[in-house]
Amino acid sequence: MTTAETKRVVVDPVTRIEGHLRIELEVGDGAIKNAWSCTTQYRGIEVVVRGRDPRDAWAFTQRICGVCTAVHALASILAVEDALSYPVPVQAQLIRSLISQMQILQDHVIHFYHLQALDWVDVVSALSADPSETAKLQSELSPSWPLSSAAYFAEVQRKIKESVSGGQYSIFTNGYWGHPAYKLPPAVNLLAVAHYLEALDWQRDVIKLHTIFGGKNPHPNFLVGGMACAINLDSDVTINQVRLDQLQHLVDRAASFCEQVYFTDVVAIASFYPEWFRIGASNPNVMAVGEAGALLSGTPSQTGALQPGLLLGGDYHTVVPFEMGKIAEFITSAWYTYPQGDEVGLPPWEGVTIGRYTGPKPPYQWLSNDARYTWTKCPRYDGNPVAVGPNARVMLGYAQGLTEIRDLVDDSLRRLRLPADPSLLNSTAGRMFCRALESVTTARRIRASFDSFLQRIKAGETATFNPARWEPSTWPAKCRGVGWMEAPRGTLSHWVVIENAAISNYQAVVPSTWNSSGRDAKGQMGPYEYSLAHGGDHPLVEPSKPLEVLRTVHSFDPCQSCAVQVLDDAGTEIVQVKVL
Amino acid sequence: MSQWSGDFWRRGETLGEHLERRGVSRREFLGWCGKMAALMGLAPLALDGGPALAAEALAQKLGALKRPVVIWLQLQECTGCLESTLRSYDTGIGDLVLNLISLEYVELLMAAAGEQANAALEEASSQEHILLINGSVPLGADGGYCTIGGESAEAVLRKAAAKATHILAVGACAYYGCVQAASPNPTGAVGIQDVLQDRAVVNVPGCPPIGGVITAVITYILTQGRTPPCDREGRPLFAYSQRIHDHCPRRAHYDAGEFVSQFDDAAARQGHCLYEVGCKGPETFSPCPAIKWNEGTSFPIDSGHPCIGCTEKHFFDRMTPFYSKLPTVPGLGLERTANRIGAVAVGAALGGIAAHAIGSAVRQRKERIREETVVSLPIVGAGEHQTLRETDES
Repeated sequence: MTTAETKRVVVDPVTRIEGHLRIELEVGDGAIKNAWSCTTQYRGIEVVVRGRDPRDAWAFTQRICGVCTAVHALASILAVEDALSYPVPVQAQLIRSLISQMQILQDHVIHFYHLQALDWVDVVSALSADPSETAKLQSELSPSWPLSSAAYFAEVQRKIKESVSGGQYSIFTNGYWGHPAYKLPPAVNLLAVAHYLEALDWQRDVIKLHTIFGGKNPHPNFLVGGMACAINLDSDVTINQVRLDQLQHLVDRAASFCEQVYFTDVVAIASFYPEWFRIGASNPNVMAVGEAGALLSGTPSQTGALQPGLLLGGDYHTVVPFEMGKIAEFITSAWYTYPQGDEVGLPPWEGVTIGRYTGPKPPYQWLSNDARYTWTKCPRYDGNPVAVGPNARVMLGYAQGLTEIRDLVDDSLRRLRLPADPSLLNSTAGRMFCRALESVTTARRIRASFDSFLQRIKAGETATFNPARWEPSTWPAKCRGVGWMEAPRGTLSHWVVIENAAISNYQAVVPSTWNSSGRDAKGQMGPYEYSLAHGGDHPLVEPSKPLEVLRTVHSFDPCQSCAVQVLDDAGTEIVQVKVL
Repeated sequence: MSQWSGDFWRRGETLGEHLERRGVSRREFLGWCGKMAALMGLAPLALDGGPALAAEALAQKLGALKRPVVIWLQLQECTGCLESTLRSYDTGIGDLVLNLISLEYVELLMAAAGEQANAALEEASSQEHILLINGSVPLGADGGYCTIGGESAEAVLRKAAAKATHILAVGACAYYGCVQAASPNPTGAVGIQDVLQDRAVVNVPGCPPIGGVITAVITYILTQGRTPPCDREGRPLFAYSQRIHDHCPRRAHYDAGEFVSQFDDAAARQGHCLYEVGCKGPETFSPCPAIKWNEGTSFPIDSGHPCIGCTEKHFFDRMTPFYSKLPTVPGLGLERTANRIGAVAVGAALGGIAAHAIGSAVRQRKERIREETVVSLPIVGAGEHQTLRETDES
């Protein structure tokens, strides 16, 4: 309950995210004292896939999210292939990796420029910048980046000025312009605005890699047993030399923007906000099963440089081995019920979900008076709330002593005049920084994946599909599988049970579920809540203008349609729906 | 940018400024306004000064007109439709939001959040605007399955629609509910037209639709001053009047009987027809082969995967299993008579939402222009995918 000193603040809708998220806060003395993360949308896709052909499941579960559009399809296919013991040709695996790595790059860039930047960048201030100052800054940051002339930045400035000069502000309407928490000089604001527009062009170009292999984006097509795109250098409608040339261009363009613009921008912007490396720490537990974009089937084992593992209890140096049997989901704060009792945690294989909305009938003012206030369940690892995502992967890599990660982290922290202390990465700015950092490492990976793909074609390796287990007659009567992916927002797993050639059970345990979950049975807050409220000192200077809240929540890159995924089983209650 | 850099009314300029830029003099504009004022019967209202003053008043009013205000709602959905819009080439998203429209509410991109976002929505809703909607409306749990700002998706939609001049339901969710409306439709998801039954809704199907199609519907309205002509399900003819099969680049192989029988077989490596591995192109109306995706880069069939029919109503029920060839797909293979439709409708009446779905299907059926159309009617609680084939009476 509020006291005389605290005030209730609701941020709903939290914009510039995927899906529907509401944050309820108690605020006093310019700081956040308590927080509740409420996901306000439910669709029940796993209920829908039950009874279907498992080869179709990727298309259903892909529609969980149109932002990270490839990741659920990939995790689904890996789960089904695990269940069917279905080996896949190496070239098909490489194509999937290229798709996955491009998803990481594109998603991270869109998140930074189009979803998060306006929390740190004051567009109005950019209008008063001296374009020649911005040009000077650009050539210092990235000497070889071509779009760096004063005339170019003057043109960007003119575009924005003309757009808002008529008193219509379009997507900038009611922004927090002039808020005291904005600290960038006008020239840096203009730099970021220019790259906001450049990134809009960039993202629609580089994602054509998905289109070449999967026919479209969003929602490219996948295939259990391989990929549907055939490789034949001597045909005009397959992956041929024309396509390879296009792909090479897309890989190069994607990688160079991340290396020369995105990463340098984030470090430059962060240098004006060093205090945010000490604000917004989530629960001191992080988890990852591989590096960004990693694809795994079955029990996670090492795929790339990074070993699956966790850092627990604020010890960011000791790696705890990952055991998938320690994952359980609680529903204490979510609108579901368990026949076994609502206080227990169920491992995904035995999970049950029966959706039961007990919240107030809308319109409502306040949700969290009630113990249940969200559609997101609480996944916990060995009882611990853990954060997943880019900073989890980077912190884990740092703890495992990976030179590539250590060099990038230490060098950047030095440039930011911060100590080489990995605990700084568990923060609002740390999450933003790690996302940009792994776009650099992923840029290196996608170049390597593509080189390998080309070399194998040269060696005559062109198979993209294995027909061995395609026919249901070759499947066991009952089997189960799990597929893993290190998605842009963190560790994703899909769990499937197949009986008599149909799906009998399905569950997705999703990054934003880990991060946006509410209180568990022990009353432990999930990462969004913890990062806002745990210390009692997260700033919120003007409660009516939640700019600082947006910074911290956005640093997780919320994906709330993903966060709400439910398993079905025989006990599922189909809701009665009123007629219009 | 090219097509908008010429004479088009752009960049927040008023109509007066726009005409000036185009070399239309103030005198010419006033002269035109005088004629318009006379036509509109405004002249008698001018007490002194007569028509000249009326023309002046009209000129002032028209001269102040600005970019159209647009509200873009995201209800129960996955954001894929807005992502697709971000991929549009012919009209880039930057051009769209900075030059062509004033997009004053769009949760994915707008600077404001919470109170400030809700205030922007209220302000934009209070004036004439174009309304785009991604996502379906879940009717279950008293609206608790999807709320925004503490309001149900249905309430948000109704408020935003009240003063909308054009309503565009963009994507399969807004059209009829898409994946969440697939059997057993756990949340009672329905499309926009099902909620706004007395309004003209333009449906832009696809999961998602091609980005260039989404922006073209908007620019059609901006340039022509009206919504594009549609078929009787509200789908713009410029995008949804052709079967994929009729324009498929692999059609010659179908006609010649050259089929892929297994992925990556010799026929697949020569780009033969995907009918045998489940292509739904023969039953799907979509501009995919004509426009293609992502700046004309490819479309699913071009990349070797069968069409899954995502522009068709209830494709997750009707077009599955996706890899079964057409005559054996249950959603398309069950012949039912009109009597049978009636029987199912009565039987499903207790199922609530299913009854509604049938009602709207029958209503829409009467309006169809296609010779034969297939609808799928997922029955809530039935636990199976019940489908019907419907033959147009006309």
